Amino acid sequence: METFITYVSQNGFYIWEEFYRHFLMAAYGVLFASIISIPVGILIARYGKLSSWVLTFGSIIQTIPVLGFMAITMVAMGLGTTTVITTVFFYSLLPIIQNTYVGIKGVDSTVTSAAYASGMTRLQLLTKVELPLAVSVIMAGIRTALVVGIGIVAIGTFVGAGGLGAIIVRGTNATDGTAIILAGAIPTALMAIVADLVMGKIERKLNPVNKTATA
Amino acid sequence: MLEFKEVTKTFEGSKKPAVNKLNLSIEKGEFVVFIGPSGCGKTTTMKMINRLVEPTDGQILVEGTNVLEQDSVQLRRSIGYVIQQIGLMPHMTVGENISLVGSLLKWSKEKQRERAKELISLVDLPEEYLNRYPHELSGGQQQRIGVLRALAADPPLILMDEPFGALDPITRDGLQEEFKKLQKEVDKTIVFVTHDMDEAIKLADKIVIMNAGEIVQVGSPDEILKHPANEFVEDFIGKDRLLQSRPDVTRVEQIMNANPITVKEERTLKEAIQVMRDNRVDSLLVIDEIGTLKGYIDIEMIDAQYKKRSYVYEAMDTEEYSVHKSDLLRDTMYRMLRRGSAYVPVIEENDRLVGIVTRAALANMVYDTIWGDETAEVAAAD
Ligand SMILES: Nc1ncnc2c1ncn2[C@@H]1O[C@H](COP(=O)(O)OP(=O)(O)OP(=O)(O)O)[C@@H](O)[C@H]1O
Ligand SMILES: [Mg+2]
Repeated sequence: METFITYVSQNGFYIWEEFYRHFLMAAYGVLFASIISIPVGILIARYGKLSSWVLTFGSIIQTIPVLGFMAITMVAMGLGTTTVITTVFFYSLLPIIQNTYVGIKGVDSTVTSAAYASGMTRLQLLTKVELPLAVSVIMAGIRTALVVGIGIVAIGTFVGAGGLGAIIVRGTNATDGTAIILAGAIPTALMAIVADLVMGKIERKLNPVNKTATA
Repeated sequence: MLEFKEVTKTFEGSKKPAVNKLNLSIEKGEFVVFIGPSGCGKTTTMKMINRLVEPTDGQILVEGTNVLEQDSVQLRRSIGYVIQQIGLMPHMTVGENISLVGSLLKWSKEKQRERAKELISLVDLPEEYLNRYPHELSGGQQQRIGVLRALAADPPLILMDEPFGALDPITRDGLQEEFKKLQKEVDKTIVFVTHDMDEAIKLADKIVIMNAGEIVQVGSPDEILKHPANEFVEDFIGKDRLLQSRPDVTRVEQIMNANPITVKEERTLKEAIQVMRDNRVDSLLVIDEIGTLKGYIDIEMIDAQYKKRSYVYEAMDTEEYSVHKSDLLRDTMYRMLRRGSAYVPVIEENDRLVGIVTRAALANMVYDTIWGDETAEVAAAD
């Protein structure tokens, strides 16, 4: 325990740097995945026939072990952060597409038909009704993707991308490196937990069910 | 205002049309109620008006223009629509819900706000409710907001699909009253769909009865109750409603007593007294050989003239007050109560006596109207 505190206090800046780098890799992967997944989710929600095909494709990716997937991506994209971000991207597709799909499908059809009958265009229906009502479910997908993404990035050190995983690996290589391992593992876990909590809070805030006159 | 010409709708994959060759014309300011069994095409008919469903054949004209020639989005914004299940936007405040169409029409925020305030006062809800969310309202309150949403852009035509269907009877009753009042104030043409005949009678200027995609009968509530076009309409209205508890459409013969106590005019006064005694009455209707009503005689008249006269026709009062058996009870009741008479004879063609309506029968009927089902239940239990 003492060695852990000494290590952290001596390498505080280094840990913070890796922490930040780690977070960014996960966040970018999820961000790019969102940019693709949300429109895809909307599309398959509207044109039902595509949905099973797309969702199956997403689940196939999920079944591949992360390390294997990363190795293959590395062959194509070389060492470094791009490979890690790409991996996070692919693993984030399914949860976000799936939640967007479910969120939009889950909007009460009486609400959409009332909105449509009031004279909304297709686009207005999407932006003023379907997305606002589905947004908390979509956020839940992004939250899952981010937590998983943080885990994936920890492995990213094997393709030379750095991050908190690098600290853990360094610890395993050192003799009596438990303290170093902890200095990498604890922030990783912390990041995942905090990300989960913060996203959960945003998600609840966006949920229309929780809106009240006083809020 | 609104006209259907040979309108037919056949949904894909079904052989029978959901609406078949419908012809109907609706005047401005009219309150038209469509009624019929489930699946007879009421909703489909209504949805064709604002192009939520496109007709397969025929034309629908709103103020003279074919709806198919108008932009569907603009058309929908210009027609109020209350869907069966309310369908308020859960993520918008009550105020935003009311002025939804206003926001689509790009009204300024102030104008939307003003309009929402104006409307919510119409249904006696406090202005603070504008800031609430739909789930913070009761079902009846939500229903009111659904109706207000349809009124917001002041459309001349409003479509309402079973707007009060999901409510408990008491709330529904209150809302109907409120809505009828509202309709008079705002002067709109309203097309209304319901399953409920009572609702139709209460609200409609004109009732359209549909069955299997076709119109069976069109008419005012009174006309339909008085002259149901066929057995289907009769069944749909319900025998109860035809016979009982509707003084406005019930005929005299439906409540009269068909065995009045009578005496022939050539009988003696002594015989008349005997008939009164036997039947425990103090007054008799006087008829001739073939049953024509001649007048009436009561115990006081006999008493006063017993010494001077000996026959009924000499002592009777020939005042010709009677009602025809097919007269409306509504009118009869009024006349009877005004004259203060205890009964009125009922005649048919050629003044032939066929029955009598007594005050007691009227009282019974009023009682039935008020307590209706309960007395029926008690009777059944006896
Ligand atoms: N979108 C649709 N596709 C296919 N068939 C439909 C569609 N909408 C309605 N129908 C059919 O058309 C017929 C009339 O339906 P409609 O909804 O107009 O009935 P309704 O009179 O409103 O009934 P209810 O009183 O139950 O609301 C029904 O047989 C129904 O199954
Ligand atoms: Mg219907």
